[in-house]
Amino acid sequence: MGKLIVSLSPHAHGTDSVEKNMYGVVIALVPALLVSFYFFGLGSAIVCATSVVACMVFEWAITKFILKRENGTVMDGSAILTGLLLGFNLPSNLPIWIIIIGALVAIGIGKMTFGGLGCNLFNPALVGRCFLLVSFPAQMTSWPVAGQLGAYTDAMTGATPLSVMKDAIKSGDASVLGQLPDSLSLLIGNAGSGGAGCLGEVCALALLVGLVFMLWKKIITWHIPVSIIGTVFVLSGLLHFINPVYADPFTVIFSGGLMLGAIFMATDYVTSPMNSRGQLIYGVAIGLLTIVIRNWGAYPEGMSFAILIMNAFTPLINTYVKPKRFGEVVKK
Amino acid sequence: MNIRTFRIGGIHPEENKITAEMPTQVAALPKQAIFPLSQHIGAPTKPVVKKGDKVKVGTLIAEAGGFVSAPIYSSVSGTVFKVDTAIDATGYRVPAIIINVEGDEWEENIDRSDSLETLDAHPELTPEEIVERIKVAGVTGMGGAGFPTFIKLCPPPTAKAECVIINAVECEPYITSDYRLMMEHADEILVGLELLMKAAKVDKGYIGIETNKPQAIELLTQKTSGNPKIEVVPLKQRYPQGGEKQLVDAVIRRQVPAPPAIPVNVGAIVQNVGTAFAVYQAVMKRKPLFERYTTVTGKRLSNPGNFLVRMGTPMKELIDACGGMPEGNNKLLAGGPMMGKALTSVDVPVCKGTNSVTVISEDEAMRKSPQPCIRCAKCVSVCPMGLEPFLLATASSMHNWEKVEAEGITSCIECGSCQFTCPSHRPILDNIRLGKSTVMGIIRARNAKK
Repeated sequence: MGKLIVSLSPHAHGTDSVEKNMYGVVIALVPALLVSFYFFGLGSAIVCATSVVACMVFEWAITKFILKRENGTVMDGSAILTGLLLGFNLPSNLPIWIIIIGALVAIGIGKMTFGGLGCNLFNPALVGRCFLLVSFPAQMTSWPVAGQLGAYTDAMTGATPLSVMKDAIKSGDASVLGQLPDSLSLLIGNAGSGGAGCLGEVCALALLVGLVFMLWKKIITWHIPVSIIGTVFVLSGLLHFINPVYADPFTVIFSGGLMLGAIFMATDYVTSPMNSRGQLIYGVAIGLLTIVIRNWGAYPEGMSFAILIMNAFTPLINTYVKPKRFGEVVKK
Repeated sequence: MNIRTFRIGGIHPEENKITAEMPTQVAALPKQAIFPLSQHIGAPTKPVVKKGDKVKVGTLIAEAGGFVSAPIYSSVSGTVFKVDTAIDATGYRVPAIIINVEGDEWEENIDRSDSLETLDAHPELTPEEIVERIKVAGVTGMGGAGFPTFIKLCPPPTAKAECVIINAVECEPYITSDYRLMMEHADEILVGLELLMKAAKVDKGYIGIETNKPQAIELLTQKTSGNPKIEVVPLKQRYPQGGEKQLVDAVIRRQVPAPPAIPVNVGAIVQNVGTAFAVYQAVMKRKPLFERYTTVTGKRLSNPGNFLVRMGTPMKELIDACGGMPEGNNKLLAGGPMMGKALTSVDVPVCKGTNSVTVISEDEAMRKSPQPCIRCAKCVSVCPMGLEPFLLATASSMHNWEKVEAEGITSCIECGSCQFTCPSHRPILDNIRLGKSTVMGIIRARNAKK
């Protein structure tokens, strides 16, 4: 007879793993990735591939040579995910060397300086993106127009829906909004109407498909995406009702990085609150900040900053917002 | 009808109820029976026999060692071999009485007939008399924890019992002993419930059963159809529904406050199905608690089954009856895979709380190496007590006892849902147990000073 194995209970484990969750999110990003290939062709392929490979290389090198850890985390899917999300936040004509700098900042500063997977305070992909946005404002705000499949850095650029909205608010002239594609074409992808933007923001529908997949696979819960999108919808609806220079709520939620941010960036496990009450507070605050930055801030896009600001508040939310304990409701 | 369940957290582990439809067999008598002196929560018992004494089946061998205690009766006839120590489910050597089995001679006062005694036929049974008989028979909770049953029936003066809830949930994977008991002895269990209700002076009894046991639900519903006092409550499958607090929440929609509150503080007395059966036997048949229904199971056992086992039987004899220990290294559990105790020896005996002997193979038993916490919050969402397991585990590992006490670590029921769910395979519950036992010690010391 063999030996008896002894340990504390539980003696069973579910089938969940870090890899399943990370690769699950990667799979959820596939529809959006395919749409970005369809709209931006070569440029999108170069940007995404560079970003993913650079993130993985930096993750591997830092783990091995600086942190000197035995077990690398390069294949757990988190670096791939950071790379993809970073790529999705970039214009498809961005030169390779800038992308590599972005990946270094995302993985090196955004993630590994804090101790690697699970320890970072801010979403690494957004750290990378915002670093590039303030360092290379010209390259990071010229958005290629969709449909130029063979083009890379030579692609023609155009105005994004968000910059049109900003112009309308600045000029106080609601007729400027007439240049916007209608919200249906924003939802299914605005290539046909000459839309421009970063890779991950041109087709809200593909991102929503990813959301449904992640909810079905129980990778994330509904709290963060729904609270962000709901808040933005309600507030922009109010603003539009008060003054029509603010775009209508459907256009607002389907444009810019809102869907990408609400579904894939704000829901990052590591940097979002640990219980559903906290997640709702976090989501509503991100929605509010997004509206404020988009309409009255210096940048046309507010999602990234809103998420980073709320990332900083996550530890505070975790300290003060606790889940409902059993026994708090004593009688019905 | 809206099928009820508890309202916070919970998981759904693979059921593996491979022995569900296997009728109970009577296990062979052991050659030697081992009776650890502490088989319940509370003070250990004091032996009343010595080496060389002759005992019969049903002879008192150890008396209650305090108020919270329960006497132990011999399950075999024979000679006391020694009063010494033996390894029990905790892995420690504990004081125990060891009896060499000779024949099978029973004490005469035990009614061994199968005839069903109903409560109506015994008007002489007052609540006090029922409680006394339960106490004398050494009945304890049969679901695992093993709290002496009579104490639950005498609530503190600050609380008032309103109902008795029979725990027929059996949410642990693999185990089917309660299910077999219901299918084979439904009438006795119902009389047992009536006895418990009379003893606790309440008019309402519930039987909570998960919907994965439709035949048991149907059988008991049919048998109680003429009795408005007893209600069978089908419950949606969810682990740990068999936890006392979760069951009370599921059945009567009341949540027991944080410890030291107990279910009777919200009016509920919870008893296991096996306990109801033992109560019936103790009160109606004058049969002390010395045998029980136990499932012997495991995917790699050649003949798993359900057994009526004399307590004190070493687990090795049960496993041999099921085709022997499978090749290679195994994990032997007293109980199921979620909350069972891994044993250090195959000679550990079946005790009052042993509802299952489960054999798990090495590849199922070995833990994966832990990865960093990715703060996915899944442990928080599955915790049935609404705690934050990741926080309790981390603070415990840093020995921050004030923090874990403030975060409610004493409410943890150690169900293991957090660790089961953790995608990073972190030993969450190991750390929480460390914190919980330390904090309990600190609280006891603090109370002792007052």
